Amino acid sequence: MAAPAAQHRSDPAPEAIRVEGLHKSFGPHHVLKGVDLTAHEGDVIAVIGGSGSGKSTMLRCINFLETPSEGKIVIAGEEVRQRPEGGAADRRQIERIRRSLGMVFQSFNLWTHKTVLDNLIEVPVHVLGVPKAEAVDRAMALLARVGLAEKAGAYPAFLSGGQQQRAAIARALCMEPKAMLFDEPTSALDPELVGEVLAVIRALAAEGRTMILVTHEMKFAREVASHVVFLANGLVEEQGPPEQLFGAPQSPRLQQFLRSVG
Amino acid sequence: MRGAEMRDWLQPHRIFLGLLGLVIVLWCATQMRWDWLPKYAPLMAEGIWRTIWLLVLSVFFGMLLAIPLGLAQAAGPWYLATPARVFCTVIRGTPLLLQIWLLYYGLGSLFPQYPWIRESDLWPILRQAWPYALLALTLSYAGYEGEVMRGAFKSVPRGQLEAARAMGMPRHKILSRIWLPQAFRAVLPTLGGETVLQMKATPLVATITVVEIYAVASRVRQDTFIIYEPLLLLALVYLCLAGAIVFLFRQIEARGPQVRRPG
Repeated sequence: MAAPAAQHRSDPAPEAIRVEGLHKSFGPHHVLKGVDLTAHEGDVIAVIGGSGSGKSTMLRCINFLETPSEGKIVIAGEEVRQRPEGGAADRRQIERIRRSLGMVFQSFNLWTHKTVLDNLIEVPVHVLGVPKAEAVDRAMALLARVGLAEKAGAYPAFLSGGQQQRAAIARALCMEPKAMLFDEPTSALDPELVGEVLAVIRALAAEGRTMILVTHEMKFAREVASHVVFLANGLVEEQGPPEQLFGAPQSPRLQQFLRSVG
Repeated sequence: MRGAEMRDWLQPHRIFLGLLGLVIVLWCATQMRWDWLPKYAPLMAEGIWRTIWLLVLSVFFGMLLAIPLGLAQAAGPWYLATPARVFCTVIRGTPLLLQIWLLYYGLGSLFPQYPWIRESDLWPILRQAWPYALLALTLSYAGYEGEVMRGAFKSVPRGQLEAARAMGMPRHKILSRIWLPQAFRAVLPTLGGETVLQMKATPLVATITVVEIYAVASRVRQDTFIIYEPLLLLALVYLCLAGAIVFLFRQIEARGPQVRRPG
């Protein structure tokens, strides 16, 4: 199951996520200027770059939390239909596609009025119509995997940041997504809590899950990613296998960036 | 209450205040005139009942209106947000007494001019005063609470709604399962206070011949020329109602999830 990352690159695995010519402007502010990115099944793509480089925006455009100004998003071979003026044209389609992409946010975003278990079973039970007993079983198994089985009945306010983020990851997994999107999952955590969250993500990568990971943890990116993308000024400045990007960076911008993050 | 708790509770100052209260009540009961009470008791019971259902129905329907009013202002397109804002501003910016009179004397005198209304099955209801009282109280509550709900909807962290969207929840589910429950919880303490205010606004409907408890007290005064006793009793009734409302809202609050870590 846990095939080494390098092997995925050589296999012509089916395409999971493709981003084509993605532009995004916020008013006069042109954040993304034509980003292309392809994730095949089993790929772990780390997206790195300075703040304001557009990495989070790019990730949020994939599931249309942000409306792309221009460009194509193709998930598992299905292109997201867009209105001419921007935005998803077909609400049902985008909702279905979002359910196939598990998103994990920097600020966890657990629903604070529900217990951890209720957070996990909310969408399976109330949107997908999974029988409650089945959803609870699956949720408890996932909570056990992220080490939170005994916190199932707790409200998010009673959990540490690391525990909340692990619960949020379990919540995303509960939907059995085809791919995972991580938006700086450890940036809001105290340093001593980063490790426990990275361990969970590392385990997911090892079991061959497709994921796109926006991160500031360079060491971690180098370790788990099968492919690294460096964004600068709204464009893919350089990409390739982690050894190459971290070991022998080509562009001066990436060299400077890697020096600055130490 | 167990023995130890009872002993803790019985402090000298509490005993003194309790006795003082008892003396005042006894003095009122023995030294004031209450002989009118048996004769008017049935009418008072009716009045209290009328006050209670006017309050309950106006709060219920008012809240039903307040939710879309708040939502429209917090997240709606301009063609919904603007009318909602105008409505709330007008309702909050004019006296309730004026609204009650405008509805009763305005609508109430407009309706009979149309034969099809006069001949309709609704006419026996529309010719009474209480529908206008209920409508005015409902609109008033909706106006105030619409504004409260606007803030409540905005107070729910965006990230939590985003998480729901990212998980492919349809919009109506996000509203009913994530947004509304949290908005509601945020304003429960406010709503308790607002409901007490609403209760204290109900006497105004006495001015359009709805005989609720205040109107009954006035009637006693007019009939018997006894002034203080009916008013004292009236104050007591309102106090009890307010206590019941506060108690009810505390119960609802205590039942909800612990959204914040204590301390």
